[in-house]
Amino acid sequence: MGKTLFEKIWEKHVVKTIDYGPSVLYIDRHLIHEVTSPQAFTGLNKRGIKVLRPKQVVATADHNVPTIDQHLPIKEELGRLQVEALIKNCAEHGIELYGLGHKYQGIVHVIGPELGITQPGMTIVCGDSHTSTHGAFGSIAFGIGTSEVEMVFASQCLLQSKPKLMRINVDGELKNGVVSKDIVLYILSKITASGATGYAVEFAGSAIRSLSMEARMTICNMSIEMGARCGLIAPDETTFNYIKGRKFAPQTDAWEKAIVNWQKLFSDRDASFNQEFHFDAADIEPMITYGTNPGMGIAVTNNIPTSDTINENDRSGLSKSLAYMGLQQGHAIKGQKIDYVFIGSCTNSRIEDLRLVADFVKGKKKATDVEVWIVPGSKQVEAQAIEEGIDKIFEAAGFNLRQPGCSACLGMNEDKIPAGKYCISTSNRNFEGRQGAGARTLLASPLTAAAAAITGVVTDVRELLN
Amino acid sequence: MKALTTIKSQFVPINIENIDTDQIIPARFLKGTTKDGFGKNLFRDWRYENDDEAKPKTDFPLNQNQFSGEILVAGKNFGCGSSREHAAWSILDYGFRVVVSSFYADIFKNNALNNGVLPVQVSDQFLQKIFQQDYSSVLNIDLEKQTITIVSTGEQESFEINSYKKTCLLNGYDDIDFLINMKAEIEEFEKSVN
Repeated sequence: MGKTLFEKIWEKHVVKTIDYGPSVLYIDRHLIHEVTSPQAFTGLNKRGIKVLRPKQVVATADHNVPTIDQHLPIKEELGRLQVEALIKNCAEHGIELYGLGHKYQGIVHVIGPELGITQPGMTIVCGDSHTSTHGAFGSIAFGIGTSEVEMVFASQCLLQSKPKLMRINVDGELKNGVVSKDIVLYILSKITASGATGYAVEFAGSAIRSLSMEARMTICNMSIEMGARCGLIAPDETTFNYIKGRKFAPQTDAWEKAIVNWQKLFSDRDASFNQEFHFDAADIEPMITYGTNPGMGIAVTNNIPTSDTINENDRSGLSKSLAYMGLQQGHAIKGQKIDYVFIGSCTNSRIEDLRLVADFVKGKKKATDVEVWIVPGSKQVEAQAIEEGIDKIFEAAGFNLRQPGCSACLGMNEDKIPAGKYCISTSNRNFEGRQGAGARTLLASPLTAAAAAITGVVTDVRELLN
Repeated sequence: MKALTTIKSQFVPINIENIDTDQIIPARFLKGTTKDGFGKNLFRDWRYENDDEAKPKTDFPLNQNQFSGEILVAGKNFGCGSSREHAAWSILDYGFRVVVSSFYADIFKNNALNNGVLPVQVSDQFLQKIFQQDYSSVLNIDLEKQTITIVSTGEQESFEINSYKKTCLLNGYDDIDFLINMKAEIEEFEKSVN
């Protein structure tokens, strides 16, 4: 019986298995940030022990940081204290910190891949659920809680039960105006926000294969929104070409050796999955969410479901969701006025996302009563955008290009959406109050968000494409 | 972590499905560097109008005096979304030792178990039976027997729990002690792969 990609990686990392219990899983890379690490460091200090493998830990400050005037001290007191705690803790334990002011600082799931830290065949964890992003490289990458952060600090291992296995196949060609964010929102609308709970999900199929690494990261990023333990895509030439030459990628002989190993990372033809889905890329339209969980999405040309037409999983919450969102059952979503556009987050804030937006808005101006925030995923993305002149395009369009951080994805810093206002966002969650108490989030691709920035309403971007 | 063997108590029902961790503990409360004081911010935005403690929302069960106890009963897919362990800390700090639902998100379930909060998974039918009970109804959860009982009617269901996690919870053991004691084996493993 063949093995799946997940099983091949899992088996190589099991230190031992407890009878009737979880496995002790070795962790190759531990990414940390300022919000979910302080209590873990305190726990270690209380035990009088140090981080076991500091060289396998990489830190950044991303959730709490302001996205303007980053050269100044953080104004908000608690946020400043948290970031200071991270600086102190990293220094005490010998951990590399790419903090504010460092040329590699950025959203943790953007900097890992761009620095070549994320590699195929690894186990990667972080105290953040969107750690699933790194699975796009063919690694087992998942989010953990603060107690587990402490466990990995102390032992470089975690106790984990092996999940079930799911494969989601997307085959065929994407239509014009449809990008990888639409693929994952489409999948979510079909299998719901709990459809993959308990599963490691592998994404496969010709449409997935055709995507760039950044586009693949968008899909794996949102596998947690289906409840998945993690999301993986088997590595291939696209993956190897992306990694080659990056700062922490293997070099020369080590590179050749790595490629030989990475080429073995795929699911065997006769491997079996507990559950499998097949989707046709041609069925996918530009998507947008209307409700208060990421599975509540529709094609931008469709009407908001009614209690009769909505899937069973979301039926009980539909009225409450729509009341919060100020939207009506059965109505069109196209034409809904929006107040804010947020292009950012670990889902869509990489250079390809910014280029996509820039190419679309070049020569156009934003709608008058819309505020547009573009938050690049890292200092390197920001620098590259400036080098390519993308900042000038944004400026001419009236868009506000800010500095890297998680920003309005979760509004922990000052970048909050006011109560009752509509924000079309390239982020990953539309829960009640996510972007600010009372904020109304519509999740979409960077292209769909860019179109709304220009028209001021939810728009089918294809009507504006040449 | 505090050991848990049996809990016999009234319960607080929140009959809403897909409760995500942003509702359990909004992001603006994640700025602390300790594990303390999260209970007062549990379900903050569902509890208070405009974040004002002087304006409790009267239709929210945590504000309704007839409900009390160490058990929270919630609709399916409880704890979905962000991995914030602060969600488990706020539930524990508020005073709940047990959550009862028909389905849990994975990361939340692990975080709860790692903090001595027991997530009891029951069938949809049993969950609805509990929601139909009077506010004074008492539930008895026996971790050793893996049963949950509606005391007044005697209706009972068994629940699953990983036997390693069960042992930890019954005794108040935590995973870190276990892993720290494995240091030699972990170093052996590292040598074997390099």
